[in-house]
Amino acid sequence: MIRVSRGTVDRAKRIVWGINGEGLVFKLLVYFLLTLIGFVYLYPMFYMVTYSFMDTDDLIDPLVTWIPSGLYWENFAKAIRVMDFHRTLWQNVLVSFLPAAIQTVSAAVIGYGFARFRIPGKPVLFALVLATFIIPPQITMIPQFLMFRDLGLIGSVFSYLIPAALGQGFKSGLFILIFYQFFRAVPKALEEAAQIDGAGAFRVFATICVPMAVPAFIISFLFSMVWYWNETTLAALYLDGQLKTLPLQLQNFAAAFQKMFPADPNYQTGQNLNEAILMAGTLLGMIPLLVVYFFTQRWFVESIERTGITGE
Amino acid sequence: MKIRYRLRETLTGLSFIGIWIVGFLVFTCYPLIRTLWLSFNHVRITAEGIRTEFVGWKNYNDAIFLDPQFGDTIVTYFAETLVIVPVIVAFALIVALLLNVRLRGRGLFRTIYFLPVIITSGPVLKQLIDQGATTLPGIQDIIEMSRLEETLPELLADLITYLLASFITILWFSGVQMLIFLAGLQKLDASIYEAASIDGASKWESFWKLTLPALNPMIVVNMVYTVVMHSIFSLNPVIDLIQKAMHDPKYGMGYSAALAWIYFLVMLVLLALFVFAARQRESGR
Repeated sequence: MIRVSRGTVDRAKRIVWGINGEGLVFKLLVYFLLTLIGFVYLYPMFYMVTYSFMDTDDLIDPLVTWIPSGLYWENFAKAIRVMDFHRTLWQNVLVSFLPAAIQTVSAAVIGYGFARFRIPGKPVLFALVLATFIIPPQITMIPQFLMFRDLGLIGSVFSYLIPAALGQGFKSGLFILIFYQFFRAVPKALEEAAQIDGAGAFRVFATICVPMAVPAFIISFLFSMVWYWNETTLAALYLDGQLKTLPLQLQNFAAAFQKMFPADPNYQTGQNLNEAILMAGTLLGMIPLLVVYFFTQRWFVESIERTGITGE
Repeated sequence: MKIRYRLRETLTGLSFIGIWIVGFLVFTCYPLIRTLWLSFNHVRITAEGIRTEFVGWKNYNDAIFLDPQFGDTIVTYFAETLVIVPVIVAFALIVALLLNVRLRGRGLFRTIYFLPVIITSGPVLKQLIDQGATTLPGIQDIIEMSRLEETLPELLADLITYLLASFITILWFSGVQMLIFLAGLQKLDASIYEAASIDGASKWESFWKLTLPALNPMIVVNMVYTVVMHSIFSLNPVIDLIQKAMHDPKYGMGYSAALAWIYFLVMLVLLALFVFAARQRESGR
């Protein structure tokens, strides 16, 4: 019999269960749950990647479920042609980066105005800013569409830029709120010192407050860019097919494929649209954002803490 | 002197928020009212421009009582939102609690869980759903095995089937909410928990008595956020009907405008319900 002292038992207990119940068993359980949830999150991605490399035989073969018999790049070649990938990519960059930049700047100006100045009726106005977040774009899109049509802006990036410049872009209310919270947390003393030195309100804003708000600018730009990138309802209406985006090309993928590779009943099955090509197209549509996310993920996942948007 | 100073401050402030006021009037307020006005008209687009003809409540009447699709779609949307929003918010809370445990590598998990927020556009999600990428193997079997339709009322059975089938979609829509909860959790004061545990409170008790009440404002914010996101996401079939009606000469823009207003009002009712429910929970304590 090995006699184990009470101290050792206690120590072992402490490692396994921990003092506050945060010991080894607890941590392992949390790891297990996190991994399980992570797997469920990524399952569609795994599925998409493996299917996008399958050739027709793999798709039919019931034995091939997770690992394709080889890397079949032909799916990607076809999807690139169907989506007109290169041109679409640059147009998509244009209609997301530009509005995002303008929306961020206008949100900063507006947010600063709300954070700093005493204006009669400000609570009502600010409530309306927040209300614009709740108002769905579908209810304002018909008159906006008619307005842009009269101005000849349908199919032009300006149908995105003008509302964004006036604080009425996608989810503008949210970005104004981010800057409002951010500028309210900035101490007023610095600005007052500059004011005494004779700087005007815009100079104070541009030279003192903007440099302090760099994190808010980056975060707003990134979120705004992603949301503009992924938008389809308004993009289809305002850009009217003259400017293309990858999500829109993906939406029309089947029709575009049929046009480019007409189905021939006498031909081998390889010419027909199959799920491998669709998954390749989906992956292609996702890749630019995945690249952006890879380099900027910290700004995304730390966005809430860094902007203090939840308030104190 | 003081009045002049006040006036100057107001004018400076207006020079900052002026662009918003103009934008709001032109791109939000006016379109909102015009959509309302159009919804009471029959709208035709002719070579000379837009022709409107006042028809009263006809568009609304047609949409609610005569349209074979819209009535069903909006009821389904209402029921689905009612079910899915609490599920998404609860899931986001659970994940945030897990991520709040001090562990190595939790940053990686956070990056994975937030990824869908970046890549989810309507067409991407639609392709993944259509090709079966969002259905976990086995879940389909559960749905078929349980034969919900026979024992449960139809609407409830449909909802459970919907929840199981769109399990991954639920996870994919919880990224931002998860971050909001996480930020809230990290602000909680550790000393209160110590005090509670000295007084003999278990972790379970301190979650219900300390953590949850402290997170209540975030629950409200997340409910609102989830309702809005779920509603305006482009795969919402209601949006599809609004869009189709807009381009369909049989219906026209007036009808489409009426659909948009009904959809907006239903969404407001949903928001009111969730905010009211969260408030009740708070005051009922």
